[in-house]
Amino acid sequence: MYEFDYHRPTSLDDAAGRLSDEDAKLVAGGMTLIPTLKLRLAKPTQLIDLGALPGLTGITEDGDSVVIGGMTRHADVNRSEVVKRVVPALAAMAGLIGDPAVRNRGTIGGSIANNDPAADYPAGVVALNATVRTNKREIAADDFFTGLFETALEPGEIVTAVRFPKVAMANYQKFRNPASRYAIVGVFVARTSAGVRVAVTGAGASVFRVPAMEAALTASFTADAIKDIAIPDDGLNSDIHASAEYRAHLVTVMARRAVAACG
Amino acid sequence: MADGSIGTPAIGASVRRREDYRFLTGQGTYTDDINRPGQVYAYILRSPHANARIGGIDTSAAASSPGVVAVFTGKDLEADGIGGLPCGWLINSKDGSPMAEPPHPVLVTDRVRHVGDHIAVVIAETLGQARDAAERIDIDYAVEPAVVDSVAALRPGAPLVWEQAPGNVCYDWHLGDSAAVETAIGKAARVVKLDLVNNRLVPNAMEPRAAIGEFNRATGEYTLYTTSQNPHVIRLLMGAFVLHIPEARLRVVAPDVGGGFGSKIYHYAEEAIVTWAAAKVRRPIKWTADRSESFMSDAHGRDHVTHVELALDADAKFLALKVSTLANMGAYLSTFSTCIPTYLYGTLLAGTYTTPAIYVETKAVFTNTVPVDAYRGAGRPEATFLLERIVDLAADELGIDPAELRRRNFIARDAFPYQTPVALQYDSGDYQTTLDMAMEAAGYAGFEARRREAAGRGKLRGIGIATYIEACGIAPSAVVGSLGARAGLFESAAVRVHPTGSVSILTGSHSHGQGHETTFAQLVSDHLGIPIDSIEIVHGDTAKIPYGMGTYGSRSLAVGGSAIIKAMDKVIAKGRKIAAHLLEAAEADIEFKDGEFTVAGTDRSKSLGEVALTAYVPHNFPHDELEPGLDETAFYDPKNFTFPSGAHIAEIEIDPDTGHLTVLNFTASDDFGRIVNPMIVAGQVHGGLAQGIGQALLEGCVYDTETGQLLTGSYNDYAMPRAADFPNFVLSTHVTLCTHNPLGVKGCGEAGAIGAPAAIANAIVDALKHLGVRHVEMPATPERLWRTIQEHQTRAAAD
Amino acid sequence: MQKTVSLTVNGKPATATVEGRTLLVQLLRENLGLTGTHVGCDTSQCGACVVHVDGEAIKACTLLAVQAEGRNVLTIEGVADGDTLHPMQEAFRNNHALQCGFCTPGMVMSALDLVKNNPKPTEKEVREYLEGNLCRCTGYHNIVLAIIEGATVMRGETPPVAPHGPAHGVAAE
Repeated sequence: MYEFDYHRPTSLDDAAGRLSDEDAKLVAGGMTLIPTLKLRLAKPTQLIDLGALPGLTGITEDGDSVVIGGMTRHADVNRSEVVKRVVPALAAMAGLIGDPAVRNRGTIGGSIANNDPAADYPAGVVALNATVRTNKREIAADDFFTGLFETALEPGEIVTAVRFPKVAMANYQKFRNPASRYAIVGVFVARTSAGVRVAVTGAGASVFRVPAMEAALTASFTADAIKDIAIPDDGLNSDIHASAEYRAHLVTVMARRAVAACG
Repeated sequence: MADGSIGTPAIGASVRRREDYRFLTGQGTYTDDINRPGQVYAYILRSPHANARIGGIDTSAAASSPGVVAVFTGKDLEADGIGGLPCGWLINSKDGSPMAEPPHPVLVTDRVRHVGDHIAVVIAETLGQARDAAERIDIDYAVEPAVVDSVAALRPGAPLVWEQAPGNVCYDWHLGDSAAVETAIGKAARVVKLDLVNNRLVPNAMEPRAAIGEFNRATGEYTLYTTSQNPHVIRLLMGAFVLHIPEARLRVVAPDVGGGFGSKIYHYAEEAIVTWAAAKVRRPIKWTADRSESFMSDAHGRDHVTHVELALDADAKFLALKVSTLANMGAYLSTFSTCIPTYLYGTLLAGTYTTPAIYVETKAVFTNTVPVDAYRGAGRPEATFLLERIVDLAADELGIDPAELRRRNFIARDAFPYQTPVALQYDSGDYQTTLDMAMEAAGYAGFEARRREAAGRGKLRGIGIATYIEACGIAPSAVVGSLGARAGLFESAAVRVHPTGSVSILTGSHSHGQGHETTFAQLVSDHLGIPIDSIEIVHGDTAKIPYGMGTYGSRSLAVGGSAIIKAMDKVIAKGRKIAAHLLEAAEADIEFKDGEFTVAGTDRSKSLGEVALTAYVPHNFPHDELEPGLDETAFYDPKNFTFPSGAHIAEIEIDPDTGHLTVLNFTASDDFGRIVNPMIVAGQVHGGLAQGIGQALLEGCVYDTETGQLLTGSYNDYAMPRAADFPNFVLSTHVTLCTHNPLGVKGCGEAGAIGAPAAIANAIVDALKHLGVRHVEMPATPERLWRTIQEHQTRAAAD
Repeated sequence: MQKTVSLTVNGKPATATVEGRTLLVQLLRENLGLTGTHVGCDTSQCGACVVHVDGEAIKACTLLAVQAEGRNVLTIEGVADGDTLHPMQEAFRNNHALQCGFCTPGMVMSALDLVKNNPKPTEKEVREYLEGNLCRCTGYHNIVLAIIEGATVMRGETPPVAPHGPAHGVAAE
């Protein structure tokens, strides 16, 4: 690790202000950033720890939705009675991230702001039609994830919470990378008030939806309805763990299983 | 602790381990846990390129960085006349010429030959400072094309790793009777052929390697603390061949070591660097690998490409086996690398079978990769894998049950000693019984019903058998010497009986997880009739123990244990003389049992403690006949290898939609000879199985064939087996005694890793054979399985 | 940039001066001499460094020392009651759930975290919970048995006899 200045601000404004240094980095749970620093793959001047900011943790029920603070850890989402009631598939998904010790540190805000192409949360946020709250605005899930490790967040913008509307039916199916345990392919299928949504992580540069599956599932919410819908492998990720062709195939299999698991 | 107290049969009891308390309470002492006064830290700058000429190295900026104590390069070592790392086994080619043996510099000077090759060392007050400074070393690289796999390395025009090795060939070795094999193949009813790969593995002991070098100016003594399986071997190799330090001034300590699996046998550059540099900077120097460094500097394992042919007669009896293998050696010859794909591989190709004619040729090939050396099993998993795959393939082609084909060809239990056509003479074994036990435990007879049940759920279920033989406790020294070994392969032990009867055992074996402090104490408790609590096992420090060869090749109990027995017998012999004197009886009338020297037929006796006290307070003592003291050393050089054997059965299920495979059951029935501690033996088997199943399903070291970059350089990309990858293992043992060591023991450390890959691979092919699948390479990842299924379904549809 | 960190380790106050980049595991091992917590990888996967921070298992290689300011840290050195092993440690010993011992501290700390959240885990739950802890020696078999036995004792129940027979005596073979 390169040496850096460590700060632990106690107000959002202070934290955001420090981001005027473009080589400063925010650390939430640190489950991606700290390993990256250890391998000397990043060289921030300042590390701004969001851990002491008030009001960023916790899970609250707000009418027909659940609001999860940006610094809320995966373990808390996984065990939350509120999440289990309002968006149970999200609680289950949080229990599949990393490993138990990682879930005790990693946060929803950190995960979505990083937008790792193989992370689980982006699939949940998009499929569940969530809204990302920042210190500046609200961003719809479909607008939030913009590319490989890229999001709509602007400089100085910090994720404060994510709001998930209550969902009728949803399920997440993850096919793990046997080494890293990230998703080779993860498919989150949800029947929401905004319609059926199918979001895929792990397969592409960033989370994406599958309109053909959504249309088919709108017509008939059954696994059979999508069993012959193949997604093109053009532009999908290809590495030593899985070819693009295999990933494309897994998207259909995982989507089918997610629908079937919705019961 | 009542375990092993007098009256309790210490041999055969699952005595709980004496070493566990310190490990469970965080009080183990691993090398990185040691800190020496004034210690500084070393960081090794490693090559980012697989093959590059070095135009120049500028260390000036690094040398003036904060906290830096010194920066050294290969030129500094050359100036001090420091030698290269030696290879411990000379292999001659078919034509009698010696292998190509290029230099293995501690730090390179003019060329890097693999990603991770060592270039310079930065020594600083903190590791962070050393690493910061290393980034300021400026190296002028001229990158050249690299070659990473053995097949490509042999192609005309392939990049040349060493000028001394034309065509990248290290040696072209053979064993067996080629003419007899060709004749047998010519008249065979059937010849079954297969090409296969034994995948390259990274050992991944959980403790990364570490070394601390220290130099005492006042005495001129060097001390090296290192993560080693054999401290005396390191002292010999580093002292005599590399640093030219007399043994008497070099102490090597291998304290608690966090797993080895072969990877900590070898003498590594970092050990020499910290030891040499400690005298230069006159401060102790610590180096600890991070895992990324381990991946690119610990010796790797396996990496064979093989063609095999098995000839059978009309009764499905094996007539001949022909094997041709390319063995990837990496860029340098690691300490024992050269004997692995030859004498620890070709000699095992009879397996458990009566095959009368065998011929094997191995071409060892240099590539731009990390050196390859012994990894748990070392040559024997490779031999077992090809043999058990070809046997299964033959069974399939002939329409014979794989168990039946094996039964027809097993060496019978009354055929021992059995001389194989590939040099070894097996002393004992009972292969049919271990197979029968495994089949019974695995429910082999009822498998087809389970296959149908799985098919009803859309799953492809398979069962696979592998039998194996291994050769452990490699020896005798005279024989291995004639085959090119540059080391002896005995073991030593000293038994020091203290004045009041407690005992210290100083053993040349080294424990890095095997539990010697318990197992060896059981031996001593049994043999001397004293409680385990009064027995101390000392190992791992050349300043304390007699010259010993360490632990590898499942040798500790068979060779190290036998040395302890031999030394104890010397103690007993002397004790008998002392007791005879004390009891005023004839020596011939003195019996020793349960810790008491007794005059036969009487109740007159002296305890071991009384005899020991007499030996150290020799007032009433036979001074004319004996020296005082009760302290004996023995060296044991085995008469032969030991030959553990067994049968493993895997039952698996494949999800054809994804290729995901589940190991449902794994059964192992093994013959390890006499078992001293069944609990520890079971643990050894469990661990070996996990590594074997890991090889079959998860693990594979991958290099980029264009750039030579290591693509599986961390746990993000190299799939380590996890708890959820396995079922509970079902184990049993059957005992045929080793006939030539005093304990009748054979060794158990590697068996799991030897049998498991073939059992899993056979189960996979069994699950897919209805599609026409003949073989699936390892690791059988989900994508590989899915693809295999897809391709064969497509082919079947086209047919 | 040097910072002073004050925290509680194994029930005792501790203070150390560290760099911003110092990890909690380095503080424990190098500043406090608590070398029972191990480092087996650099990608936060092996779990040899698992400790409890404010009662929860975390990887001490993936937390900055400065982030542990004011926290309550429990390491393997603080698990036993004096010379008496904790029931989970005793279960590891009784079931031969360790060989080289390097992964063991992290395994024990993870096991305790599991039992806190799930006092009666099944074999499958134990295996899944160990996703973040690698062992190269045991094949996990005996670790799984040990954790189930340790959990049983921690619930105040009597565990079945260990598969290797009673600890004091001869194994049933």
